[in-house]
Amino acid sequence: MLSVQNLSKSFGGVQATRDVSIDFPDGSLTAIIGPNGAGKTTFFNLISGAIRPDAGKVVFAGQDIVGRSSLEVVRLGMARAFQVAALFPSLTVKDAVTAAVTSHQRKSWTLLQRFPLEGTQHRTDEILELLGLSSKANTLSRNLSHGDQKLLDIGLALAMDPKVLLLDEPTAGMGPDERWRMIGKVQHLWEVKKMTVLFIEHDMDIVFKIAQAIHVLKYGAVLAQGTADEIRRNQDVIDAYLGTDHHLAHAAGQE
Amino acid sequence: MKSGVLRDLAVGAVLVALLLVLPILFPKPALRDFLIYVMAYGLLAMSLNLLVGLTGLVSFGHAAFFASGAYMFGLLMQSGTVGIPVAMLATVGGTAVLALVIGAICVRLKEIYFSFITLAFQMFIHSIILTWVSLTGGDQGLRGGIPRPPFLGIDLNDAMTLYVFCVVVFILCIAIMRQVWRSPFGFTLRMIRDNPTRANFLGADVVRVKLGIFVLAGSMASVGGVLLALFVSGAYPEFGFWTTSGEAIFMIMLGGSQLFIGPVIGAVLLRLLDHFVTIYTDHHGLVLGAVILVIVLGLRQGVADYIVDWLERRRETRAAAASVASEKGAA
Repeated sequence: MLSVQNLSKSFGGVQATRDVSIDFPDGSLTAIIGPNGAGKTTFFNLISGAIRPDAGKVVFAGQDIVGRSSLEVVRLGMARAFQVAALFPSLTVKDAVTAAVTSHQRKSWTLLQRFPLEGTQHRTDEILELLGLSSKANTLSRNLSHGDQKLLDIGLALAMDPKVLLLDEPTAGMGPDERWRMIGKVQHLWEVKKMTVLFIEHDMDIVFKIAQAIHVLKYGAVLAQGTADEIRRNQDVIDAYLGTDHHLAHAAGQE
Repeated sequence: MKSGVLRDLAVGAVLVALLLVLPILFPKPALRDFLIYVMAYGLLAMSLNLLVGLTGLVSFGHAAFFASGAYMFGLLMQSGTVGIPVAMLATVGGTAVLALVIGAICVRLKEIYFSFITLAFQMFIHSIILTWVSLTGGDQGLRGGIPRPPFLGIDLNDAMTLYVFCVVVFILCIAIMRQVWRSPFGFTLRMIRDNPTRANFLGADVVRVKLGIFVLAGSMASVGGVLLALFVSGAYPEFGFWTTSGEAIFMIMLGGSQLFIGPVIGAVLLRLLDHFVTIYTDHHGLVLGAVILVIVLGLRQGVADYIVDWLERRRETRAAAASVASEKGAA
């Protein structure tokens, strides 16, 4: 479904992405990890059409989508949520999701009918239900708690009915308990929707627990890839990234 | 959803009734004249608010389309080849094309750059009006009056008929804008206002949508220009000067940008201020400036928006108080 081949991108003298090649099988749940500045968000920007790569291919739904605008990429079925929740502050939760669903149905230009359109109701309710936001349907997006804002951000992406969902640090800025709740929801989503999900995450416990495959980026290049166990034992990863984390180094030693 | 339409229709009917009854209750021509001014400038402000309040596009050059409405209509009528309805439709169509050309360049720019380029286009059009004397009459304005030949048995030379005609056209335009405000397209505009990048990532074609509303707002402004030209029987370069755009922005600031009808309330307030202040002093600009400063610094939003928010807060505190009281009662 989604496959990245020899992707590279430089900003001035900084090589943010170096010759990255990764296959994401259909319906997989994949984590992208790496130290700060490893080029994880840039990687998402490259595949979602926000930035054009200098070289390489992004093959999605059977075609190379390099050079396509982010709008076209969304319409092909790849949606993303953002590291800092990107919402519509003055819209209520329900209106925001309904507007996104309307846009997905290609009805954003409808002038002669009233909002919300009847055909959007069901889908909107389903998304709110799935994320547990139903009780906050009439809350303004800007008044939501941080965690709910991140959920709504994902909800907006879900309105695109994506085949591939990119989640840029879904648990950013959350406390330990909230993180697990959030990631539980992500995992639930993935199971229910059978999407291909890519997520960036810093919490190693979470990554090792739920990801099927893990790709470690460092200085823009793929340092290692594999299952949780493989990554845990990988000496490069331990040295470069986990070596400083005693808890994980210890955990790895116990295996 | 249906109830929303019914409520709007009811409010519209009340508004029409009010506008028609007022000049019968107070038959002085001055009131009628005042209301026609309010309607013409109200359309300018309302249409500008589709850009400012709904889409987050602060256009400083909206009066260009107001002027284009007045001049195109005036010239068409003076040519004597068409009747009033055809001239109006042609004017709206012509202004839409003009807005399409100007908008195609402007909407690609963001924020302050958008504001300035719209201002630049407005000054450009104002200059054309001033310098193309043979067509527009230059700084003297479109002279010789605008003929009002009767159509469909309607004779707009009668003052009351003209007034009723203005009310009908005004309400029709308000109804169109209300529909835009509450349509799925209107919510696409809100998404773009709040977060254009995200709107793009949700499949909204931001540039095209902005262009769409720019053309629509320009067309609506031209209708305001037509009404004013009909009423004063002429067109003047000031219609397209930046101060006219500024007045429309003042109206939005005074009335409010988030309540649909806010700009019209602003138009009423501004015209009232103008009217009464000029009776007592020549320095009406000073008074106007002071009032606007008080509203901007004191309320930090338009009067109508302030009232809506205040009602909302009061309702919330009451609901909270009621729930506390009922809990106590239960205890």
